[in-house]
Amino acid sequence: MYEVIWHGRGGQGVVVASQILAESAYLQGFKGVTSAPTFGPERRGAPVTASTRISTLPVRTFAQINHADCAVVLDPTLLKSVDIRDTVQKEGLIIINAPVLSDHFKAMHRCERIAVVDAVRIALIHHLTHEGAPIVNTPLLGAFARATGLVSLECLEMGLRGKLSKAVASANIAALRAAYDDTDLMLEEDLKEDDRQ
Amino acid sequence: MDNVQILTGNQAAALGAKLCQVQVVSAYPITPQTSLTEVLSHYIEGGELQAEYVRVESEHSAMTVCIAASTAGARVFTSTSSHGLLYMHEQLHWAAGSRLPIVMCCINRGVGAPWSIFNDQQDSIAQRDTGWIQIYCRDNQEIIDTVIQAYRIAEAVYVPVMVCYDGFVLSHTTMPVRIPDERDVRAFLPSYQPHTILNSQEPRNINPVIFPWRRMDAEGCLRDGYMELRYKLQKALEEAKPVIGKACSDYTAIFGRVHEGLFWRYRLDDADALLIGMGSLATEATMAVDRLREQGVKAGVLGVRLYRPFPREEIKNCIGQRKALLIFEKDISYGYEGALCSDVKAALYGSEVKAPVHNFICGLGGRDVKAEELADAVKTSLKMIGAGNLKQQTIWLNCRTEKSNDGQSF
Amino acid sequence: MIDNNISAMCKPAPGEAGKTGDWRDMRPVIDHTKCTPYVKNKPACFLCWLYCPEGVIRDTIPVEIDLDYCKGCGICAEECPMGAIAMVAEGKQDG
Repeated sequence: MYEVIWHGRGGQGVVVASQILAESAYLQGFKGVTSAPTFGPERRGAPVTASTRISTLPVRTFAQINHADCAVVLDPTLLKSVDIRDTVQKEGLIIINAPVLSDHFKAMHRCERIAVVDAVRIALIHHLTHEGAPIVNTPLLGAFARATGLVSLECLEMGLRGKLSKAVASANIAALRAAYDDTDLMLEEDLKEDDRQ
Repeated sequence: MDNVQILTGNQAAALGAKLCQVQVVSAYPITPQTSLTEVLSHYIEGGELQAEYVRVESEHSAMTVCIAASTAGARVFTSTSSHGLLYMHEQLHWAAGSRLPIVMCCINRGVGAPWSIFNDQQDSIAQRDTGWIQIYCRDNQEIIDTVIQAYRIAEAVYVPVMVCYDGFVLSHTTMPVRIPDERDVRAFLPSYQPHTILNSQEPRNINPVIFPWRRMDAEGCLRDGYMELRYKLQKALEEAKPVIGKACSDYTAIFGRVHEGLFWRYRLDDADALLIGMGSLATEATMAVDRLREQGVKAGVLGVRLYRPFPREEIKNCIGQRKALLIFEKDISYGYEGALCSDVKAALYGSEVKAPVHNFICGLGGRDVKAEELADAVKTSLKMIGAGNLKQQTIWLNCRTEKSNDGQSF
Repeated sequence: MIDNNISAMCKPAPGEAGKTGDWRDMRPVIDHTKCTPYVKNKPACFLCWLYCPEGVIRDTIPVEIDLDYCKGCGICAEECPMGAIAMVAEGKQDG
């Protein structure tokens, strides 16, 4: 079973992203998928999480995830207020929406695998905004596909089409693809380079 | 071809009600039920469901509307949670006493004080004695299937049915759900035949004051007294068991899915240690059983689906000569023990069964329950039993006051 | 076959609550010579019929009171604008 935890702020679409991932994974052929929001009240701007479980067999657990295989961070400022690293397993994957691969992330990479994508830039290029704020959840789904290889872009596109209206689906799919291409998967070379300095 | 959708429990319940072509819906929003009524009002507003949505100012009125509409011959649906259900309490008695086949989803949530919006089953357990049939669902597939079965059961025995499922844990979690075909549902569920229709052409006084004795009415018909009517309600619930079993087997024949009627079993055939529970907690227990089996403990799950009428004989027979009963539940009958535990023990009274019983109160007010915790609790219990401590224990799992569980670690 | 005693109900019918005429202490007696419909020979007034809480007065000419079910409350006598109804103690003799 592969477990994903989504970190964002109320209103950023962590629940929808988590649901689309579950649907796409089902289309990919995984028989067991679940998606759950943080249980409780939903407050705009407050740190929130959602989770996705993906398994070849039907899922029979509903408990909260202690240490996920992968954490997706929609808002990098959460790294200061939430112990994101504590929510993933050792050597787990953390996908972060951030403009650059900072030294901080490189340092993190010694414990976890880090992938970075500039989801804000991609959202703005594709005119994906909601009430003035860039929509970053769909680009991060693209980054997830790239970083994990678990779910194909095709299945994610089908999942998006199932969830979104025709009017916005194409822009979202374009952003999904762009994020897939632009995701910076930190490689061993990056680390070695870092060590030389 | 299977039509599978990835749905929350609330979406599954709403779709189930729609497939049953309910004619009147009346509900008042409350977390975590709200998204169910939102979906239903969306169906009605969009013309996908030909039904009347009656807006009300409270759950008490919601159930009153359902009672009135059902009496007028309509198939009705409502849903609520926690304090909403408690506020309905009086009308729950009226619905059952009027023998109306109302179907309601109770999206289980803890009860204040203090306020909690999170899941446990105290709300519906507290309504145990209102005369409703209660069925607990283990996952979202079972929710949609049970709503459809509930109409068949309710309309056959003229007793309202409460379909209970865990708030957030199921209501807000999406998972794959096979959607029944509309024509198949129609074949499974005959149209509603009311026992009485309130009708201006043939006026009746329904539920007048009833005396302790029977009496002859003006037409020379002997009318039952209060006790006769109570007895008939009790009989109707007792006799509902085979009807529920038949509804489930007919459902399997049409839709191919097995829900085992009164309770379900998991790795139970050779199990010495029986984990008993209801709803999503019992599903979680199946994961615990997998762990225990890996460690050489012969454990299995008995998932109670039908809580009222309680499948006394069937559960007794299933327990048979097992070595330990570990009853997990998300409710407490204050001053005694978990309600399910009392019921299971009562079913065993006078029988040959002498298995020690450990009762675990867990997950109250949304406290997380993990399979590994359940498995560890079972092992600790079995160790105590192995050491000859056969006294019944009521253990509060993962409860951290200084005095919890007499210092024993659970 | 549905049990017609499945829940408590009754049909509205005369006598559904028993012979309530037995309950009376006082009995209404109409003096038709003062009663408007009788005097004018027109379907008029009928305030007694309107006010009777038991529905035991018929709006006929002359007005009729069903003493099998009249509980003797006296509202008709109180409401009659012509003072045509007198409440008379129930006793051995009529009137």
